[in-house]
Amino acid sequence: MKQRDFTFLGLIILILAVALVIVLPATSSRLPAIGIQRGADFVLGLDLRGGVQALLEVPPEYDVTPEQMADARRILENRTNALGVSENLFQVAGDRRIVAEFPGLTDPAAVMDVIRETGQMEFVDLGANPNGLTAGDVIRTDHGLAEQPDAAEEGKEPVDDTVYHTIMTGDQLQEVSVGPNPDQMGGYVINFSLKPQGAQIFSDFTRENVGNYLAIVLDKEILSAPLIQVHIPNGQGYIENFTVETANELAIQMRYGALPIPFREVETRLIGPRLGEDSLDKSVIAGLIGFGIVILFMSLYYRLPGVVAVFSILTYGVITLALFKVIPVTLTLPGIAGFLLSTGSALDANILIFERLKEELRGGRTFLQAVDLAWKRAWPSIRDSNIATLITCAILFWFGSSFGATIVKGFAFTLAVGVGVSLFTAIVVTRTFLNLVISVLNPDNRHLKWFGIYE
Amino acid sequence: MIDILGKRYLFFAISALLIVPGLVILAIFGLPLSIDFEGGTMLDLSFASGNVPSTEEVHDIYLEHGLTDPQITSSSNGVLLIRSSFMDEGTRADLINEMEARFDDTVIVNRADSVGPTVGREVATRAAVAVGVAALAVIIYITLAFRGVQHSFRYGVCAIIAMIHDVLVVLSLAGIGGLLFGWQVDSLFLTALLSVIGFSVQDKVVVFDRIRENSAIYRKLPFEKLANHSIVQTLQRSINTQLMTVEYMLLALALFGGVTLRQFSITLLVGLFMGTYSSIFIAAPILVIWEKKEWRNWFGRKAETPA
Repeated sequence: MKQRDFTFLGLIILILAVALVIVLPATSSRLPAIGIQRGADFVLGLDLRGGVQALLEVPPEYDVTPEQMADARRILENRTNALGVSENLFQVAGDRRIVAEFPGLTDPAAVMDVIRETGQMEFVDLGANPNGLTAGDVIRTDHGLAEQPDAAEEGKEPVDDTVYHTIMTGDQLQEVSVGPNPDQMGGYVINFSLKPQGAQIFSDFTRENVGNYLAIVLDKEILSAPLIQVHIPNGQGYIENFTVETANELAIQMRYGALPIPFREVETRLIGPRLGEDSLDKSVIAGLIGFGIVILFMSLYYRLPGVVAVFSILTYGVITLALFKVIPVTLTLPGIAGFLLSTGSALDANILIFERLKEELRGGRTFLQAVDLAWKRAWPSIRDSNIATLITCAILFWFGSSFGATIVKGFAFTLAVGVGVSLFTAIVVTRTFLNLVISVLNPDNRHLKWFGIYE
Repeated sequence: MIDILGKRYLFFAISALLIVPGLVILAIFGLPLSIDFEGGTMLDLSFASGNVPSTEEVHDIYLEHGLTDPQITSSSNGVLLIRSSFMDEGTRADLINEMEARFDDTVIVNRADSVGPTVGREVATRAAVAVGVAALAVIIYITLAFRGVQHSFRYGVCAIIAMIHDVLVVLSLAGIGGLLFGWQVDSLFLTALLSVIGFSVQDKVVVFDRIRENSAIYRKLPFEKLANHSIVQTLQRSINTQLMTVEYMLLALALFGGVTLRQFSITLLVGLFMGTYSSIFIAAPILVIWEKKEWRNWFGRKAETPA
């Protein structure tokens, strides 16, 4: 056995040990921390654990910049975090889309409401309010004229043609809190305070407009239109007529700011938890039984090398799964398909080597020579075929991520990781194990049948 | 030695037999696209009491919500599948509430997918573009990897032709399945198709590699003999690898109970088999035809198959 084989063997054992530590669930914490989180669970995709996925898109009539998309993503994340939805995930996909994922969520109504609202707050001067506008009415304002009439899509028409003046917008809000209404039993109010500049505007306005109306408007819909009774110098006020739920929902939007651009939902997927669990169980069982058959077949057909291959494939499996945990890769049904396919190509690499090994042995080579030659001759086909697959993966991954097609992305990624690991196991593991076995057993021509050769 | 390449026109005929009926069905009925590509909403519902309301009642609720085209299928295991035009989250919630009130039952939403009409079409187009770009990249890579042999460009092109053959078989299968069993082409089908493409190209490279290697050893041998020899040499590997991958899928097929996953497994089963089949019976024969420029005989006196 050559020096190189020992080096490789040490390397394999080291990698395998680390991978095993990662893959096996943490039953105790006796092992010292090695910088990698132990026993973390696999990240399961929505199709395996249930949840909601939504694809949000900026309507085509708006121009967007990447900065706006990044801001919107952050604001959306803050808003849903504040709702207490755990593990939510927002990703910008392409130029004008955001993928939102809520694992485990079964009723998306509240979340979708928070997402849908752009949350553009305005303080609007209604003057003497001759038309008697009240909460619920939709109006036109001179702020962001291009966006109007925004609410019309939902079937709400502005009540009149007047364009009202916006004295300031929600970005002047300093603090927002929800509290019980002091004047109304069981009712809730949203208390707000303004930043110094906003407080100044508010102070000036209320001083000059006592007896007029000031509307607090969200996305062009009036939330409240109080009569200004006195001058308010300190920049504090409240909006009334809420239940505790509606007050909280609105407070979140006010607190985390307006979306720089509006979104509409162009795709939503809801997977019930039962269906996801069912799919997961079935694919795990199928994988285990499939692997059992592979072990049986490889050992019976290729004999000794087959048994070596089983160990090699096990190494492949453990390393790949460890990578899935560390990266971490979100496992979805297509992702599992990618993993199974790469297991196929790991097996193919072994089969290619063993078929060559048989040819070389029949040609009368010694065992060590035959292993060396078999590997050398099989290598170009293993390399080229796997690189061709990796190229395909790269392009599919790019397609998937630029488009929010997470299904394609997951498939391409797990396949690529698996193919990468299978290259490693083909180059290093199978070969080292074979060399090891041959130098330990030292077979001669009587043992050809160990290698599946009977003539 | 088995003469595979000598019977190449026979194998082309077999492939045509596999593909043409499916393509005719596709031409007449179109690809049975799911909402993933056409847009729309698909609801998969169960009811806590186990009773499934009549399709007429559900149909009425849809009409009352302004959705004019629900296609409702109720399956034997108490599941209601409803496909309709696109609705947003709010409408969906209203619809479910209405059903709960009207049927006095708790609705369990197993699955609810809504895809906007433009998104679906875009996914389909972009997927096609991605596959096209991938094919081009593979041709370039194979041309480079085989630059040691004559006409290395041909190997890439033949691999892609054979891959297209596999894709066509899978598409015809989808067409036939759509007609006979109500299969739908959804994103899971897209995944299966992508697997088939990846596997197909990988398999071609393995067979071509043997031709590449042998052409350096047997310089005097006519190309057809050389190619045939290479195929026979890799035959055992092809069969074993195929057994391995297909074995997996057969098991998945047996164990995955669901209708959608069954379709996925069958598509993979056929597609992966074709990946191996077309390496031997399509890709290599086309290489030979190209080498011999046989198309010059095709329109002559008689389309003779050289022995």
